Amino acid sequence: MRALVWIIEDTWQATVAQAAVYLPADAEVTLLHVADTEAEAVARAARHGLLGRHVPAHTQEDQLRVISEQAAEELLSDAQRTLGRPARCEARRGRVEREVVAATEGMDILILARDGDRAHLGPRSIGPAARFVIDHAPCRVLLIWTDPAPSLTTIPPPPGQPPPPARQPH
Amino acid sequence: MSNGLALALALVVLALALGVAAARPRYLPVLAVVGGGLLVAVGAVGLSRAGDALRGLAPTVGFLAALLLIAEGCRREGLFEALGAVMARGSRGSPQRLLALVFMVAVGVTALLGLDANILLLTPIVFATATRIRTSSKPHVYACAHLANSASLLLPVSNLTNLLAFHASGLSFARFGALMVLPTIGVVAVEWVVLRRFFATDLRRPRKRAVEPARPTIPRFALAVLALTLAGFALSSLLGIAPVWVAAAGAVVITVPALRPRTTSALALARAVEPGFLLFVLGLGVIVAAASDNGLASAVRAVLPTGASLPDLLAVAALSALLANLVNNVPATLLLIPVAVASGPGAVLAMLIGVNVGPNLTYVGSLATLLWRRVLRAEDTDIELGEFVRLGLLTVPASLVTATVLLWLSLQVI
Repeated sequence: MRALVWIIEDTWQATVAQAAVYLPADAEVTLLHVADTEAEAVARAARHGLLGRHVPAHTQEDQLRVISEQAAEELLSDAQRTLGRPARCEARRGRVEREVVAATEGMDILILARDGDRAHLGPRSIGPAARFVIDHAPCRVLLIWTDPAPSLTTIPPPPGQPPPPARQPH
Repeated sequence: MSNGLALALALVVLALALGVAAARPRYLPVLAVVGGGLLVAVGAVGLSRAGDALRGLAPTVGFLAALLLIAEGCRREGLFEALGAVMARGSRGSPQRLLALVFMVAVGVTALLGLDANILLLTPIVFATATRIRTSSKPHVYACAHLANSASLLLPVSNLTNLLAFHASGLSFARFGALMVLPTIGVVAVEWVVLRRFFATDLRRPRKRAVEPARPTIPRFALAVLALTLAGFALSSLLGIAPVWVAAAGAVVITVPALRPRTTSALALARAVEPGFLLFVLGLGVIVAAASDNGLASAVRAVLPTGASLPDLLAVAALSALLANLVNNVPATLLLIPVAVASGPGAVLAMLIGVNVGPNLTYVGSLATLLWRRVLRAEDTDIELGEFVRLGLLTVPASLVTATVLLWLSLQVI
């Protein structure tokens, strides 16, 4: 079984821990991190708005890329240590959702975490990037809660019915 | 030479200047000198008028050079690394708290050291800080990029546009700042509310704290120079000193100690002052004077309201924002100043609200820059920053109205 584990900065620990639990011992694991390049593009665009002030040296232009690549490398090696078994590490850059889908090629399963509002059950618990990946991944998907899942009472009542009574603390 | 032909020629030179600035900034000084010289040579602008334009701009250009030296001194003294460490520690791993700190630091740096210092020196530090504490850098970098424009309302030194207008407006440094306090607070509040909601998903993620960030080293000398320079600006009109001399004194104080132990070379200092860009500003002044004198000024006068009522000020801010988005805010300011100054300080400040806040709509500052970059196929044109434009549409109109209303209120009181 070839398994892809997509980790992001905020939730990598829980994602990796659950991958270790649910993946069979003989699974070939790839840990994936995708660096979003939009922030770098915004920083670069702001420079162009300066109307030719401060012609940047090329080293300066690459400064953000170096920081981002170094951080991704550290994150992946921390994740590998937490996983506690051999895994391949893959670092990509670009549009996150597109890169993740591209990386699922040839994989049997993708493990990812909810990246939205984790206090309520419902569609908002999945952010735009994970939503795109779930909708487009050409393989099985294991979608995890990184914290204990919220209770069923966080679901709004069906239309026309009163909200359920608040649960009494025991 | 007929007025129409002269105007057309001036506009062509202006468009070329914007193109060079957008894609080949190394050639800016050459273009400014050749373009300005050409317009004088063919008689599109008289020699004495060109001389007046240059004399009018000279103090502003000197002021800008002094401010660039102060910002460079702060960088050398490690101010920006220290701010990065303060933000990393203060955030305690929370993206929301980091955003609050980025707001405070970005507003402070933009107001005191100018928008260039924010974009060139602070933004990379903010990117690194967010990346190192392992949170999405996007909300924080967007905050820097937006506040570089919108927090640059506060002081004459916060933006080159303010410096250009400050000189012509006749306002004292202290009065300029006092009138712009409320508009700045209003604009920053709009940015805070919109960015918090826009990036709610990125900011809400609960997270475990990563490694403890290093304790910052406080650059006392740089902070002392900044504080004294600011105090000097505030007291300049009472003491009867032009603020440009305060800036020059600050630049000398922060630069001289660095020269003695040879920590920095004269060449590095000369580069920090951006002589090529200063020359370009002077050339741009002559080019815009040629365009103004041959019909553009009367066109602006016909469109721009001259009253001091709230609707008039709102119209001035909106039109200025529009012009800044078409041709970048520096030429827009040069074009609008003579007309706005004739209508009084309220119109000048409303114009500045427009040209400073407006560029958040187009991510490279103006449509002209965007088009030229597409035409000349400058690098990374394939990036679609739809998110930037959407964010701009959410903040810019609200900011323009809020700031202008608050400016109008300030004008009634102060």
